[in-house]
Amino acid sequence: MIPAAFDYTAPSTVEEAVGALAEAGEDAKVLGGGQSLLPVLRMRLAAPTTLIDLGKVAELRGVREDGGALVIGAMTTHYDVQRDPLVQQHAALLARATDTVADPQVRHRGTFGGSIAHADPAGDLLAPALAMDTEMVIAGQGGRRTVAAADFFVDYFTTALEPDELLVEVRVPKHTGWHAHYEKFNRVAQAWSIVAVAATVRVEGTSIAEARVGLTNMAATPVRAHAVENALVGAPATPEAIRAAAAHAAEGTSPTSDGNADADYRQHLARTLTGRAVTAAVSG
Amino acid sequence: MRISVTVDGTKYDDDVEPRTLLVHYLREQLGKTGTVVGCDTSNCGACTVHLDGHSVKSCSVLAVQADGCEVNTIEGLERDGQLHPMQQAFHDNHALQCGFCTPGMIMQSLDLLADNPNPNEHEVREGLEGNLCRCTGYQNIVRAVQDAAGKMSPGAGPEVERVANEVAGRHSARTPVSSGGE
Amino acid sequence: MMTATIEPEVGKARRRKEDARLITGRTRWTDNIVLPGMLHMAILRSPVAHARITSIDTSQARGMSGVEAVVTGADIAEAQGSLPCAWPITDDMKSPPAPSLAVHTVKFAGEAVAAVVARSKAEAQDALEAIEVDYAELPVVLDMAEAVADGARLTHEDLGTNASATWKFDSAEAGTGGDVEQAIADGEVVVHRTFRQQRLIPAFMEPRSVVVDPTGEQLTMWSATQIPHILRLMLAMTLGVAEHKIRVIAPDVGGGFGGKLQVTPEEVIAFLVARKLGKPVKYTETRSESLQAAHHGRDQIQKLTMAARRDGTITGLKVELLADMGAYLRLVTPGVPILGAFMFNAIYKIPAYHFACTNVFTNKTPTDAYRGAGRPEATFAIERMMDELAVELGMEPLEVREKNWIKHEEFPYTTVSTLTYDSGNYEAATAKAKDLFGYDALRAEQAERRAKNDPVQLGIGISTFTEMCGLAPSRVLGSLSYGAGGWEHAAVRMLPTGKVEVVTGSSPHGQGHETAWSQIVADQLGVPFEDVEILHGDTQSSHKGMDTYGSRSLTVGAMAVLKAGHKVIDKARTIAAHMMECAPDDVEFEAGKFTVRGTDSSVGIQDVALAVFAAHDLPDGVEPSLDSEATFDPENFSFPHGTHLCATEVDTETGQVRIRSYVCVDDIGAVINPLIVEGQVHGGLAQGIAQALFEEAVHDESGTLTTGTLVDYLVPSAADLPSFTTGLTETRATSNELGVKGVGEAGTIASTPAVVNAVVDAVRHLGVADIEMPCTPMRVWQAIHGGAR
Repeated sequence: MIPAAFDYTAPSTVEEAVGALAEAGEDAKVLGGGQSLLPVLRMRLAAPTTLIDLGKVAELRGVREDGGALVIGAMTTHYDVQRDPLVQQHAALLARATDTVADPQVRHRGTFGGSIAHADPAGDLLAPALAMDTEMVIAGQGGRRTVAAADFFVDYFTTALEPDELLVEVRVPKHTGWHAHYEKFNRVAQAWSIVAVAATVRVEGTSIAEARVGLTNMAATPVRAHAVENALVGAPATPEAIRAAAAHAAEGTSPTSDGNADADYRQHLARTLTGRAVTAAVSG
Repeated sequence: MRISVTVDGTKYDDDVEPRTLLVHYLREQLGKTGTVVGCDTSNCGACTVHLDGHSVKSCSVLAVQADGCEVNTIEGLERDGQLHPMQQAFHDNHALQCGFCTPGMIMQSLDLLADNPNPNEHEVREGLEGNLCRCTGYQNIVRAVQDAAGKMSPGAGPEVERVANEVAGRHSARTPVSSGGE
Repeated sequence: MMTATIEPEVGKARRRKEDARLITGRTRWTDNIVLPGMLHMAILRSPVAHARITSIDTSQARGMSGVEAVVTGADIAEAQGSLPCAWPITDDMKSPPAPSLAVHTVKFAGEAVAAVVARSKAEAQDALEAIEVDYAELPVVLDMAEAVADGARLTHEDLGTNASATWKFDSAEAGTGGDVEQAIADGEVVVHRTFRQQRLIPAFMEPRSVVVDPTGEQLTMWSATQIPHILRLMLAMTLGVAEHKIRVIAPDVGGGFGGKLQVTPEEVIAFLVARKLGKPVKYTETRSESLQAAHHGRDQIQKLTMAARRDGTITGLKVELLADMGAYLRLVTPGVPILGAFMFNAIYKIPAYHFACTNVFTNKTPTDAYRGAGRPEATFAIERMMDELAVELGMEPLEVREKNWIKHEEFPYTTVSTLTYDSGNYEAATAKAKDLFGYDALRAEQAERRAKNDPVQLGIGISTFTEMCGLAPSRVLGSLSYGAGGWEHAAVRMLPTGKVEVVTGSSPHGQGHETAWSQIVADQLGVPFEDVEILHGDTQSSHKGMDTYGSRSLTVGAMAVLKAGHKVIDKARTIAAHMMECAPDDVEFEAGKFTVRGTDSSVGIQDVALAVFAAHDLPDGVEPSLDSEATFDPENFSFPHGTHLCATEVDTETGQVRIRSYVCVDDIGAVINPLIVEGQVHGGLAQGIAQALFEEAVHDESGTLTTGTLVDYLVPSAADLPSFTTGLTETRATSNELGVKGVGEAGTIASTPAVVNAVVDAVRHLGVADIEMPCTPMRVWQAIHGGAR
């Protein structure tokens, strides 16, 4: 199908983009990579009056270091995140999760910020963003503000972004030397995650010094598996200890039931896959 | 809106509605019907083309987003009537039946080799996860891609290399993001 | 002239002729066609599964930019007639009138309600949103078992029942075997099982598309169809239009798998609208429309009872089916399960057999043929039963099969369901498959994994199969009340330069006819492969045909070509004899050359062609033509068979299934082109595996298809499938000169039960006896861990 007609504007700076967004009002949509938005427009499930394309805003692309954090521009494509040496070195979990997003063509166009702002709880980048304590840098008419990931994801497809605000960059605390694994479970390669587990750990000697675990598609927002993390800290990096910690993975989750998986099965998967993800991370 | 796009080496200046999808621009305004539409959710990959050297699903890109860009399609692969080694490999290995997915499959296979010139079977299968074929069961497609990889590798012979390089040469943006991405 | 012996084309792995345009993008898909003044059509579809249409307001849409016409069912109620059903399986079959555009009621979600014709596709789609339809919703019928229970809600109120027809076969009544009830009563072992064949969607890659040009003397329709000839006839009969005023063209067609074996509402609407407006009209469906509105396949509930002796000998089989027709009977909808009736006995000697099938209406998309049509369903059920019987008896599953199958020395063999299998060798195919598979080593590994309680368990699945294919014998089809014959037509024309045009009534859409037919004709006429051109898919150049489905093209269509070729040779022989001044009986024909027996005097057939064109010196009474036509109608079906072995690894902690290896050995008779054969097998396997593990059309309680996009309807990608090991054994078919049996459906038929048997086998020791298809991780996990929680 063909989208309903809309006006189109392609600002070249964040300032212009914020201005365009304020001017266009509530029926405007921001076009990032377009890999979620364009299918929605084609199916005519949405009909914005104006599209504000961020494709020409150069300052929104790229990864840089800023002290103890990496700063990833919202319009950096998945393909570029996957291959970025800074991300590989300081945010391995993000690289591993990005590897699993959709398919190569989509990763060429789709953007990190677009995925975060779309806030689909089945999306693969939300749980890593949450687990790694990232911060969202948001630009609006009144300037910039920063929101922690834990406060950013509000509900299904709903974030702390106001209608006239843009996500411009994501600050990722460096996890240098941490091991990571993203364990994705789905029915076919292209499908969204039924459940996935993002795990990154810092190992000291034979035990786990620190751990961050996030869950994909286990609630209306990504879920942080705090109980698992607490059980892992100080535990020996053995399969038995990891399994015992992973048994807490479903605590605090409220997954949905659908044709692929009912809630009980999802919670079972969360426990099993958490064990696998942490084990893989430790041995990676 | 006025856009300027280079498609298969030819520059076009055209007026398009903002809502025009790149694939519809190619098919309906430029008559490049070699690229086809197979779905509306960007799952099937039949519409895959290269946009500034990277494979994209042209049903999920607006024509206006391609303004100032280079687009390469299945119709631009031949050189002087000689098939590109990937096209030849698809033919040699019976990697198509009805042929509807083939343009997208070939374009994605080229992208795959640009990143990984010598993929194993698993890597080929993963690299084609965004392209659906209903006829072949994929086995001969995998064979074709590996066959083409062999033929496009250095030492494969001057003619094959020439054709391969000319197309690969268009993959200009294969550098990390620090260069600014696309 | 050449004197060396020419290497035969038949049997050679020829690269396909048709690839040249397909790999370069120089294709001729229907949606590529652009005609002067062409308009674009878009269709408004019902969002609800069952409702009365209380009002349709099109006034706003009519006034929108670019809109030339808005058409509702009421506008064309008279003209559209009823979509055809060509297979009234019983005299009292109930078949409600099937409108192309709904008039008073909608019976399934996705049914066409109105059409907009506009100057651009975008404008047509814009105007759809401005049409206001009021629906008074009615209760929906979704579950087949409930639908045939007393007091059920009705899909079609005026029919008074949801049962369209019940079709029965009983071996005692037919005199082909014993009484099943007696066999069950006397059975030393009796196994009862119920299986569900989930609803599938053919999901051909090219969405359906139609262009109608009403501006010529003949109205021309291009359509992405498998059946241009049948379509022309049906349009004429359905719409009351003179047949000779319609030309149908199937240009490049992007897959079908039975899904384009249909006369569609969209074709009828486009036809009527274009004719009314006097301008060309194009309609191309979106993928979501395709998944919702193009016919679906499978969807049966199968209840089986098998009786056997303790030594494994089957003594009786009783089959009771419910088959979901959906809301309407399309072209061959009611006959699909009936094709299966002949296949439940499969390759086995079953002394008593009873089959009964009730076809049921529901408020869902109509079903119809999908790759294998009836035969995959039957094969699945019997092959699952063979495993269940083996478990019951504590026997090796292959041993139970061998105990019961027809031995190679017993052919021809007439089965309990009346078919005569002409040839086969199940022992040979099975032995070869076992060998390629490494059967014994895998069984040993399985035992080891079980013993150590490995979280990943190994399963071995077996399926043998045979199928009745080459859907043809017109007499048999007639005895089954099918509305047409099953012959095929061809013409072979030698042009003055010795080049050959072959016209085939088959209508390929990926099968490679242009290549295979060329190989056959090149050998037969002794001309180069490149000198043969195959014409098809246009009722103007190919005026007669029965088209492509049911693995019939080679066994019937190519045989017609061969027959026409023989006639050409006979004509040429007379002329060659005249040229060489001898009697025709003294002329031998070999490798393209006519030779006077016992001499070295000869003339090539391509030279004869030029002499015929000149016509300066032809024998008396011989027409100056080397053209011939022929129609072939075989005496029997063909019966390919094979043995498929699948090893799966099942992750008992998550339920995830991985195919570790897949081996199939098929016997499809003589092989024309091994490359094409292998491709057909691979593709068939992928579709059969997809049924076992991935695909299912799911409706919610309101009758809405929840798998209405490729996000939810899981067509597997390369990353989801393994590589296959394929092999062949060859026992030639005796029902045709080529010795061929057909290969298009084989892979699909055998692979589904092989995979499911393997999944069940992997976890059988954990107390699992069956897993419903598709075997999703959740279903597998729940089966292992004590059912749904």
